[in-house]
Amino acid sequence: MDTKDLALKFSEMGEFKGYDFECQPIPGDVDVLQITVEDFEEIPCYVSVTDTQILCITYLMGEDEVNPETRAEMMEEMLELNIPMPLSSFSKIGERYVLFGALSINSSFDDMCQEIITLCENSVEAITALEEFLL
Amino acid sequence: MSILKKIMTAVRGGAREIGELVVDANGTRIFEQEIKDAQTHLDRAKRDLTEVIAKQMQAGRQLETLKKDIAEHEGFAGQALEKGNEALALEIAEKIATMEQEQADQQEVHNSFSQHATRLKELVKKTERQLKEYERQLTMVKTTESVQKASAAITNNFASSKSKILSAKDSLERIKQRQQDTFDRLAAAETLEEESSDKGLQDKMREAGIGEQANSANSVLERIKAAKK
Repeated sequence: MDTKDLALKFSEMGEFKGYDFECQPIPGDVDVLQITVEDFEEIPCYVSVTDTQILCITYLMGEDEVNPETRAEMMEEMLELNIPMPLSSFSKIGERYVLFGALSINSSFDDMCQEIITLCENSVEAITALEEFLL
Repeated sequence: MSILKKIMTAVRGGAREIGELVVDANGTRIFEQEIKDAQTHLDRAKRDLTEVIAKQMQAGRQLETLKKDIAEHEGFAGQALEKGNEALALEIAEKIATMEQEQADQQEVHNSFSQHATRLKELVKKTERQLKEYERQLTMVKTTESVQKASAAITNNFASSKSKILSAKDSLERIKQRQQDTFDRLAAAETLEEESSDKGLQDKMREAGIGEQANSANSVLERIKAAKK
């Protein structure tokens, strides 16, 4: 399943378990899909496909939003939360803290939709939990 | 050095800018070439192994034949002796001696093939393991590369469109605000429905003691008394 197949499926589907999905391909060296889930428009999910996995990523906050005084504490909190948080994990790309979920390349489309909804919900949960560490 | 360590070093060593690739395309290509070489190596080793095993089996079969022949000729020699034909028995014994020499040679060939096969099997195992390891490392490198490229594409997209990346707090506030709005709207709609329905009005009137009251034992009794008069 590559991003073009996925984009087509997302635009054909429209809705999954009561959530509206919107899909927009982002041009670049690597094909990326921007998926926005109804009610979570501010936290779009970015999907890219590699040889072995499907990566779904949401951006949480930039380094400049983090209170430098409690940064270490926040990171420890993130490590602690990584396991209890279902299906998603914290990571960092460049200067941005992200939440991501990785799926096997053989996952079903329903699995992906479920993953994206979970990722959006987890992102709201995560920002709420980490709000005290933000400027 | 482990590949994760390499990626870590590269990330620390100034490749912090989004879009700057941790592993350049050249590195990936070299890696892919190494994997290809290992695969070629493995294919050749497997072919060699098949050949060697075939030869080993051949040598084994010849050994079996020789063994049978020797046993047979020993029988013949015995029979010649029984019949008192010493000269024939000697001739047969000479033949047996030749065959035994042949058997020893063949055994050596067989042993050498066995050893060769064992060595090749080890080589195949080692190469297969190395190939798996290379592939695992390549996956890590490629994933890093892909994530960085994807990240660059997302950032560029934000830069080119008018929209900007919202701060986490702003996103959260908006989402929560909208959730609250939805909640309020639902609550308002419920109230409205209640108010506009007769039931709501009747409930209120009853509370205020206005209009038709619910039948109580007292009112029933009053009615009966009134009817009797």
